[in-house]
This record gives sequence, C-alpha cells and structure tokens, in this order.
Amino acid sequence: MDLSLSPRHQAFREEVRRFLAEHGHKAPRGHRGDHVAWQKLLIEHGYAARFIPREYGGYGAPPDILEARIIAEEFGRAQVSPGLQGQGVSMLVPTLLEVGTEEQKRRFIPPTLTGEMIWCQGYSEPQAGSDLASLRTSAVLDGDHWVVNGQKIWTSTAREADWMFALVRTEPEAPKHEGISFLLIDMRTPGIEVRPLVDMTMEANFNEVFFTDVRVPKENIVGRRGEGWRIANLVLRHERGSLADPNAMMARLLALIDLMKAERVDGRRAIDDPVLLDRLMRIEGRVQALRANDLRLLSAKVNPDHGDPRVGLAGLLVKLETTELRHELEGLAVDAMGEFGILYDRSPELRAGGTWVRSWMYYLGLIIGGGTSQIQKNIIAERGLGLPREPRTARP
Amino acid sequence: MDFGLSPEQRMFQESLGRHLAEASPLEVVRQARQPSFDPNRLVPGLAALGVAGLLVPEAHGGLGLGVLDAALAAEMLGRAAAPAPFVAAFVMAPLALALAGSPEQQAALLPKIAEGRLRVGAAFAEQVAARADAGVEVVQGRLSGRALFVLDFAADAYLVASRDGGLWWVEAGASGLERIPFSTIDTTRRVGELRLAATPAEPLPGASPAVLRRIIDAGRVVLAGDTLGAAQHMLEAAVDYAKTREQFGRPIGSFQAVKHMCAEMAASLEPCRAFLWYAAHAQDALPEEAALQAAHLKAHVAEVGTRLAKTATEVHGGMGFTDLLGLHHWFKRIAWNRQMLGSPEQCRREAARLRGLAA
Repeated sequence: MDLSLSPRHQAFREEVRRFLAEHGHKAPRGHRGDHVAWQKLLIEHGYAARFIPREYGGYGAPPDILEARIIAEEFGRAQVSPGLQGQGVSMLVPTLLEVGTEEQKRRFIPPTLTGEMIWCQGYSEPQAGSDLASLRTSAVLDGDHWVVNGQKIWTSTAREADWMFALVRTEPEAPKHEGISFLLIDMRTPGIEVRPLVDMTMEANFNEVFFTDVRVPKENIVGRRGEGWRIANLVLRHERGSLADPNAMMARLLALIDLMKAERVDGRRAIDDPVLLDRLMRIEGRVQALRANDLRLLSAKVNPDHGDPRVGLAGLLVKLETTELRHELEGLAVDAMGEFGILYDRSPELRAGGTWVRSWMYYLGLIIGGGTSQIQKNIIAERGLGLPREPRTARP
Repeated sequence: MDFGLSPEQRMFQESLGRHLAEASPLEVVRQARQPSFDPNRLVPGLAALGVAGLLVPEAHGGLGLGVLDAALAAEMLGRAAAPAPFVAAFVMAPLALALAGSPEQQAALLPKIAEGRLRVGAAFAEQVAARADAGVEVVQGRLSGRALFVLDFAADAYLVASRDGGLWWVEAGASGLERIPFSTIDTTRRVGELRLAATPAEPLPGASPAVLRRIIDAGRVVLAGDTLGAAQHMLEAAVDYAKTREQFGRPIGSFQAVKHMCAEMAASLEPCRAFLWYAAHAQDALPEEAALQAAHLKAHVAEVGTRLAKTATEVHGGMGFTDLLGLHHWFKRIAWNRQMLGSPEQCRREAARLRGLAA
C-alpha cells in the first residue's frame, strides 16, 4: 500500500499546473470560445492525444496511466476544459488505431484529434436497444459503394457531426452477431435525414438518423465484413466506465453541500435539517466507496502483475453504481430545495439555472443508456459471478 | 503508486482462511452458543499465526503491523464467523497500550497479549453513545459506574474508558467489580456489562480524547472488515445456491429476479473492499482523514452488509431461514457489527461533525 507518486510523476504534476497557470485563461467555457485552437494547444503540449502516435497527429508519449490521471485531476481542479472528450476521440480513434487501415488512420485520426472532424455514433436502433446485435439497418454492396437503408436512434451530436461510425448489417444470412460490419459514413451524403429527439429534460440531447439509399464508398468499412460486432466491443467497455467518473461526483457533492448551506427552509439552512444531513452523509459514504474502487482499478492498470483476483468484478459494477448514485445525488439537491427544486426553464426564482433538476433527469437517461442498469446486472451476474445465462427463446 | 495488498498480506489472509476452515467450521460456530464452549478456544491457534500480536510492536514480541493488517484478519474471521475474541483483545487493547501505556505497562502486558495468554476486553461504548445511565466516573483514583456492551467480554482484564477521557486497566478479579454477561443474537462473540463500585484501576498515563478517538476508529474499521468477510461468505453461499437449486426445471440463478439480487449484492459489496483498504490505510498513514474515513466506512459497510444479509437469506428461500443451513450465524454477525461502536446513523452524524457540517 503506497499512495505516493514517484518523483517523475510529481514533477509532471507541477508541469501540468504551470501550463494551466500560464494558458488556462485561453480555455473555452461551455459552447463559447475556440475549441479547435484550444485542442491544438493541448496536443502541442501533450495534454490531449498524449499517447497517440505523432504520425497520426498525437503527441506521441509512451502510454502512462498515471500521467493521464494527473492531467484529468489537475484540469478538473482548475475547472479548465480538458479538451475534446467526444465519441470520436474516445471511441473511434482507439478503434482505428487497433483495426483501421494505414490510409484510414492518416485520413481520419488527425482531424478528429483537433476537433476539425466531429463524429457521432450510429449503433442503437428503434428495434435494437439492449439487444443491440439484432440491428437491422442494412448495407448492400453495389459496385464500389455500400447502399445503406434504415434508422439509427439515440445519436448524440448527429446535428453537429461531419461523420458517423455505424454498425450495419451486411450479411443478412449470417447469425446475428456475425452479420454486422463497421462503416464510416459522411453525414453530408444525400439520403441522410437527422431529426432531433427531445427527451424529458425538454432538450434534444439525442437525435434520430434516417438513411434512404445512402451511398458509402466501399473502402469506408473498418475491418472485414462481418467483424463489426467484435470491433464495436473493443471500445464499448470504455464507454461504460466513462459515463460517471467518481471524482467528478465528488466535485458535484461539494457543490451540493454549498447549496444545502445556502438554501433556507423555515429559517433553517437545509444542511441543518438532520434528515437531509443524514441523506447527504449517506451519499458521501457511497461516493467515498466508489472513489476507493476507482483507485483500485487505476492501481490494477498501473501494476498489472500484482494480482488482484476480484478486480474484474470491481470494474463491471462501475456503470451501474455510479449512474444510480449520481441520479440520487442530484435528486437530493432537488429535495433540499423543495418547491424551488422543481423550478425549470426560465422561471423566476430559478436556482443555479435549473441544473440540479435537469441533471437529475439527465442521469436517469444515463442509467438507461449505454446498457441499462438491468443489462449491467446481467453482465455482473453472468461474467462476474458465473450465474447461468438466460435460456434462449425462439429468435427471428 | 500501488493501492492494493502486498503479496505478504494476501498470503497472510490465505493462511488465516485455511486455518479457520479447519479450526472454525460450521460445527464449531454452532457449538459457540453452548454454555460449555470456551470463548477463547481459538485463541492459541490465532496467536500461533500472529493474529494476537498483529498490532503489538516488535520490541514487545508482536508483528508491529497496522490497522490495515488487522482489518484483513477481521475479514477472514468474519468470513468464518469465527467464535473468537479479536476487536477488543487484539486490536483496541494493544493499540491503547502502545499509544497510552507507560513503558512498564507495555513491557508487562503487550508480550502476553501477543502470545495469546492475556485476553483483554474493551469498555468504550459510552464514548460513542452512552445508553441510559451508563458511564464510568473516577473518584479518588477508583472507578464507579456501569459500562455496557463491553467487547470481548470473556477476558482476564479490561480497558475501561472513563467519562473524563481517561483509560484504565481493570483486572477481572478486582474488588467491587461485577460482571454481567449479555446474550445477543450473535453467539460467536461475547459482550456484557461491567458494574464498578470503587473498583481499583490503573490509569494509562498517555490517555487523551485523541487517543480514545484513534482506538475507536481502529475498532470501527475492524468491525467493517468483519462485516465485509461475513457478507462475502453470504454472497458466495447465495450464488452457489442459485447455481445448484432447481425450480421449474431450471437453476434459480437463471431467473433474472434471482440473478439481479445476486448482481446487486456483488455490485454493492465489492467497492467496500477498496473502501476498507483505503480507510484502514488512512488509520496507519493519513491521520488528517483517518477519523472521517472510519466513520463513513463503518456506516457504509453496515448498510451494505445488512441489505446483503437479508438478500442472501432470501435467495436461499425457506432454507435460509432455518437453523439447518446455519446461514443465520452470518446474518447475526453482520447485525451485531452494525450496532457496536456506532450505528450507521451515529457514524454519519460524526462524519458530518468531522466535516464541519454539524455541531
């Protein structure tokens, strides 16, 4: 047990802090500011795309998990944008690095890293949610082009995206997991229609995307025909872990404490209500448990040879536990405010721009998205505990 | 950076687990409720493995290890529901003597504790939350009053915390001392009441509120470790049962209703392991967060453990409720740990005070 950092990593932390002190003011805030310029500055100094090879537009440092953690911690502490975190950077780039052709890597990775090429993910369909492998959007080869027909849903950033990485059915006769291919689709191609999908937050955080005879050049397939399911699973695991970072949750908890100190009911601060305080402390204990769990997962990556037989289970539970807890945390803020908690939109008396109640609803979306809590429980039980799979019933 | 157990710590847990599988199988756990059962029967075997001397400094014949190692031992004891003293006898007592004892007291008492020849109970409950009229006063160097829920009660001597924050060594045979054993749902560990009437006692000169705090915090971490182990046993028993028990022509673990109960148990329990490591390590190396971590850990693990104990019993169906299976011993172990040295509500109130959020 040794929680200290090596002198090299301590020096690296100082270096990140110096960078933030010097350049932090240039960072974009929210939608304002020049995201591409900021991203380029981060790559130049090695705080974004740090471990991506130089020939593909990255910084080219050897992979170091603690360096990545230090960057995330310091940017979080300084409340400075850590650069692009979207699905292009987090999902497509690792996929292309692993299975893309040399030409695909050179063409797509550099502009994705700088934010000049924005991506959306085309996986889910109206009939293919938890059972994603039953997806039906088809791609039929016609000369030098795939002709795509069908519909995708839950596509965030589809309106801003230049490109989509999509799972499509290319082998209709094959078993369902073996008939899928991974395709890169230019969103400006004729035949694509994007419709915003308004969710319970009354914002369109997602979209529906319709394909009618969309022609995609043959070479835009990643990997071989029928390999799409395997390729998608290479990076799906990253998404499950990234939906709710326990360290971000700690920051949110501190904001909740500030809120409960400021909010008064019957002349008493919310934090002085023993029932609300007990709920707060209960959540803080759970956040502490998940932070320790996160530290264990980090340590297992840094020291893969140290042998921690149950660490796999510790990873499988993260999506389930963090999204459920975050939803509860945001919900406590709503309760602490009482009637003020449900004010929304541009109401008079709105607290913090309505972010607490909005986030409470949004996290219900994250409990469902990226593999519902029930799917997570199946995964934990079957892969983590070795319980028998659900007996298969008749399948189309 | 290495947040995990050392190879030595893992080996220690494994060898203790093997020892307890032999020394404390279910038959022995069952026997613990008989009046004829010697509550210190397992002590020589534990002492031989070093469990009694974990926290005794090497200069006094112990291993000189930390609260983390004690928590790991507690995990194995809880896993076996071992009917043996530990939290008071081999954690709180040696820690109290090492922190607050005089050199003479340390030299005279610590080696005997490490050898398992001196069993010490701990009377600290009133420092956490005094029930009824309980509490111990000091009058002219003698102790009077009642101390409830004295841990590891079948002891040769007791460490008694007085209302003024003092710590006292009281021999089991001291004059004016009446010992009243309690029966709890958990028959694997002994608690009781000490009634003191001008009882002679020897002070530990280094006692202070800060020292009492550290002893209680270590006790809390160790009880959380015990719950983690007991809950792990119940989870594994439930998963095994769900894989083998068939109804409607299928293993019940293939039904999502049962499968999801198992997943919820595992998902809530596994983070407790890392939390235990962190909070225990904080006792040894991070003094500024030690008390807060101990309070949060005790509360959180108690909540997870209690829910898990209920769920694991339900997975076993009617059998879980019977004495035939004996699963209830672990349920009761977890329920006992929950109330001792601070209930979840008390621990959370303390956490809030430590965070500066409550008076």
